[in-house]
Amino acid sequence: MTLTTMLTTMGAGMLRTIGIFFLTLIGSLPLGMVIMFGRKSKNRVLSAIVKGFISIIRGTPLMLQLLVWYFGPYYLFGWSIKGYRYPAILIGFIVNYACYFAEIYRGGIEAMDRGQYEAAEILGYSKSQTFFLIILPQVIKTILPSITNEVITLVKDTSLAFTLAYQEVFSLAKQISASETSFTPFVVAGIFYFVANYVVAYVMDRIEKSMSFYS
Amino acid sequence: MILEMKNIEKHFEDCEVLHDISLSVDSGEVVSIIGPSGSGKSTLLRCATFLEKIDRGFISYKGETVAHTPDGAKAEYVSRKEIAKAKNYFGLVFQNFNLFPHYSVLKNVMDAPVTVQKRDRKEAEAEAVKLLGKMGLSDKANAYPCQLSGGQKQRVAIARALAMNPDILFFDEPTSALDPELTGEVLKIIRQLADEKMTMVIVTHEMNFARAVSNRVIFMDGGYIVEEGDPEEVFGNPKQERTRQFLQNYNQ
Repeated sequence: MTLTTMLTTMGAGMLRTIGIFFLTLIGSLPLGMVIMFGRKSKNRVLSAIVKGFISIIRGTPLMLQLLVWYFGPYYLFGWSIKGYRYPAILIGFIVNYACYFAEIYRGGIEAMDRGQYEAAEILGYSKSQTFFLIILPQVIKTILPSITNEVITLVKDTSLAFTLAYQEVFSLAKQISASETSFTPFVVAGIFYFVANYVVAYVMDRIEKSMSFYS
Repeated sequence: MILEMKNIEKHFEDCEVLHDISLSVDSGEVVSIIGPSGSGKSTLLRCATFLEKIDRGFISYKGETVAHTPDGAKAEYVSRKEIAKAKNYFGLVFQNFNLFPHYSVLKNVMDAPVTVQKRDRKEAEAEAVKLLGKMGLSDKANAYPCQLSGGQKQRVAIARALAMNPDILFFDEPTSALDPELTGEVLKIIRQLADEKMTMVIVTHEMNFARAVSNRVIFMDGGYIVEEGDPEEVFGNPKQERTRQFLQNYNQ
């Protein structure tokens, strides 16, 4: 195998990795908000269920969760769903990251000064206006560093999709290295992850700076 | 009568913080509430502004009942919609300003009129600019709260409250978080509002200010109104021993 073929094959894997990365963020950032609302719900049953769920997701390996999401429907209900591999990967990633984001959101919201809610209430802002206009923008600023951490971890975690034999960059590196008895694919994969995270850190830093006009 | 509160009772868990308090405020009146920490002054303001719910008693704004207490029962509030309407009648200035840090000074002042009262943006902005001018903050319209001194922040908070065109303005220890040096600029603004016949209820530890600016002074202690009356009388010739004691400690 020439280096060009290797890079072309791995390039396709990189695109798949990037696909998991963005779809996971698009799904888990809002889903985390929903989970956080469930966790903070005044309904104690709902809050306890959500708390238990978050604890399971955070307390077990993502790799195991991917296997459960993929094989669960068959072993539990006898369903064999065609083309389920990719959806199972996305469900696994989105649910896992949403639970982490939910806890980050919760921490950010609970750290907010009660005076902000009271000022908004006195001025007559509705509950949703208070949350979306007054509270959330400030929460986003405080939690951004924690979000950055998670996003960087996600770049590397995408490699876990190899568990379900999905041909992303890590799976391909392993395969090509074995078949070609070559070390190069590992180096290529390593550079890819490093550069991806460099870009992530750069972008997040820009976002943080764009919010530094107030403190 | 703008505000009427009658026989207010309020508990926090086992501790009673307001005992049978009544407070009525007429249009154009300036009422100061003084008293030691923990006497229930701030709780009374928080009940008047619905940040706390009363256990028993009666509250009305401009003759519209907000809460009343049927015989032998707990206080009942009117519907959320009617409460929202009553909220339009008052503004509150906090001890800690509670400005929105992510909004510019101008937006702090004009956002609620636009977002809540659905007023025309241009008109709200023009009024906000005018109010900031009155507060001596014309040059700070585009600054953010973190760039202001405490006294400037409090003046923005007053402008923000005034922008809603309230009938009555409450102040909860407006200068307690300020350096003595910055207290004057905030008191000057409040005095100016008093001259313009703005109806105000001021919880304060600034005795000389309370004496000079108010039509009526209320001294509270331990959740009771101990003494109430003309400022010259309450400060110059207090009838109650407890009032005398409190004022003496203050003058030392």
